[in-house]
Amino acid sequence: MAASTRRRANPALPTLDLVQKLSETVAVSGDEGPIRRLVIEAITPHVDSVTVDALGSVLAVKAASARSSGRAGRGRGERVMLAAHMDEIGFMITGVDSEGALRFDVVGGVDDRQWIGKPVWIGPERVPGVISAAPMHLLNSERRLTVVRPATLRIDIGAASEKQARTWVTVGQRGTFASSFSLIGSARRPTTLRGKALDDRLGVATLIELLQGERYACDLCAAFTVQEEIGLRGAKVAAYAFDPAVGFALDCTPASDLPPSAVEGENTRYNTRLGAGPALYVADNYTVGDRRLLSYLEHTAEAHGINVQRRQPGGGGTDAGAIHRSRGGIPSLSISVPGRYLHGPLAMARVADWRGSVDLMRAALTEWPGLRAMRAA
Amino acid sequence: MKQLIQKLTEVYGPSGHEDAVRDLVRAEIQGLADSVTIDPLGNLIAIRKGKGRGGRKVALAAHLDEIGLIVSHIDARGFVRVTNVGGVRPLYAAGGRVRFTNGAIGAIGVETRRERPDHIPTLNDLYVDFGVARAADVPVRVGDVGAFMGAFTVLPGGRVMSKSLDDRAGVAVLIEALRRLKTSPHEVAFMFTVQEELGLRGAGPAAFTFEPEIVLAVDVTATGDTPNGARMAVALGAGAAIKAKDTGLLVDPRLRDLLVKRATEARLPYQLEVLEGGRTDAAEMQLARGGAVAGCISIPCRYVHAPSEVVDLGDVEAAVGLLVATLSKPIEL
Repeated sequence: MAASTRRRANPALPTLDLVQKLSETVAVSGDEGPIRRLVIEAITPHVDSVTVDALGSVLAVKAASARSSGRAGRGRGERVMLAAHMDEIGFMITGVDSEGALRFDVVGGVDDRQWIGKPVWIGPERVPGVISAAPMHLLNSERRLTVVRPATLRIDIGAASEKQARTWVTVGQRGTFASSFSLIGSARRPTTLRGKALDDRLGVATLIELLQGERYACDLCAAFTVQEEIGLRGAKVAAYAFDPAVGFALDCTPASDLPPSAVEGENTRYNTRLGAGPALYVADNYTVGDRRLLSYLEHTAEAHGINVQRRQPGGGGTDAGAIHRSRGGIPSLSISVPGRYLHGPLAMARVADWRGSVDLMRAALTEWPGLRAMRAA
Repeated sequence: MKQLIQKLTEVYGPSGHEDAVRDLVRAEIQGLADSVTIDPLGNLIAIRKGKGRGGRKVALAAHLDEIGLIVSHIDARGFVRVTNVGGVRPLYAAGGRVRFTNGAIGAIGVETRRERPDHIPTLNDLYVDFGVARAADVPVRVGDVGAFMGAFTVLPGGRVMSKSLDDRAGVAVLIEALRRLKTSPHEVAFMFTVQEELGLRGAGPAAFTFEPEIVLAVDVTATGDTPNGARMAVALGAGAAIKAKDTGLLVDPRLRDLLVKRATEARLPYQLEVLEGGRTDAAEMQLARGGAVAGCISIPCRYVHAPSEVVDLGDVEAAVGLLVATLSKPIEL
């Protein structure tokens, strides 16, 4: 219960400021620089080494406490990799029309219906724009019911000409939904986070906080990965470089838990539920969670009074999908903060679920017994 | 051979829960290999050292796992919603039985779509009925895994029928080849892999560790010999299938031709195989590290991924013979 009992009584958590900064930064897959700078600044005083690999992931090592590393033979001092991805979904500017409107291609998985009419930020300077949408009184009923494909949409940045648009943005720049971060609930005890890119800036914030803490019973190999949203690319080479004994992906996963309409009956496909604690993965589309790690985290959660839920098995994937198949095989597990409306302009997550994931991982690393000492679930 | 296959199919082992199959294989190969290890993902690797000169590093792979179901939700009335572990065909699953890791058995029901009587069921339409009256009595929880039931049976024509002949038939071939292989110039790794049905996940890391020069998967393949079946030149009872191509592998023609040559010399029945939808562990193993020459010996199998898969024991025998003949001699490509 380390973090929750030591929490200061002043408005919210100090790390919430960091979450806000992380959430409001634009860092679409392949262009993670702005987040990378924040990460390096936040962790450098607290780690033994920090490097940026060839793909752009930040790799940091916090060695085990001296007491633990001396007992490596008993499984302590093991190399434990934690990965959180820096990138977010968004788009890339692919062209400028003669009228100064911008064409774009989608980066990562976004429902076509999400784009139309939304405000966006482009590039590191967050040039504001809006995705074009005709007002409804100009649309006939058929067009109103048609999904408009992103290929036919344009981003309007208020430029009067192609020439002017090209002075504000360049082809190849990335952008994403323009959403400012906010907290819901009392100022002292906010209950809910609301912002873009909580997937996976909450994981990034967790990993930063874990690195800022005391040393653990294992070597903490932290990977802030790139290009997760377009195929787990950064994690693949990060795991190869770290060659850890086990891997964890810290991510965000959808909660589709609002009650369905009366016609549908019971909601049987919610993936996760908000407020039920961090979600542990039995299996998703890319990974079968290692049963020893799952059991260890479930037991650790129970011993510390931390709520956890099992994510419904099914689709989706995290960096664990790349990590576990690296080298000769690396037992891996994913743990996610549930969030509603992920991969859209504005997600919502519960503060308690996120804090639960920090508390759980801190306890798990502090008490790390070594993989050999764990029993399969 | 028949008894070995029966024993192997009767063991429970959906992807990620291969423990019991691995234990059985380990017992069956005791004393036959120079080393036996279990790697980080759970692959069982038995290595036979080569004798004499000119040997290569050869990896053989057959997968321990079978397809199954995994619990996703338990509804208020105690019906258990599930999703797939591997390539489950809802049509094959509906009306069958499923056994979970803790031994609990349930019936697989299908939502009756009164408004669409001709609807082909999808995974979302399936549920498991444990015969309980309320949710509190359901013997499983979200994340628990089950395997289809389908007892090993000898059909009147002599062919055998069971669940999980994919790939316990292949596992049996590897075990039997290890038993019969007297001397080989090659260092051979007999790899019994995990999580093949989920996307060949175990084999790649296993190959990374062993660093083979040549890899051969032994797995089942579809056939084209059933009424209105696929257009495919593979038939049950026509011998071991020497793969030329599937979705993940173009077999090196030198290796393919060598297998054909060995089959011919040993007068073993064989057929050439092109599989248009499907992959085997060889597809991943060929890509480990700097790459390996890859091939595959397939066992023709009808109704793959149904609880009643059917194979011909003559084809299985031919596969064993072909492996032993190939490994007993130098492999010059």
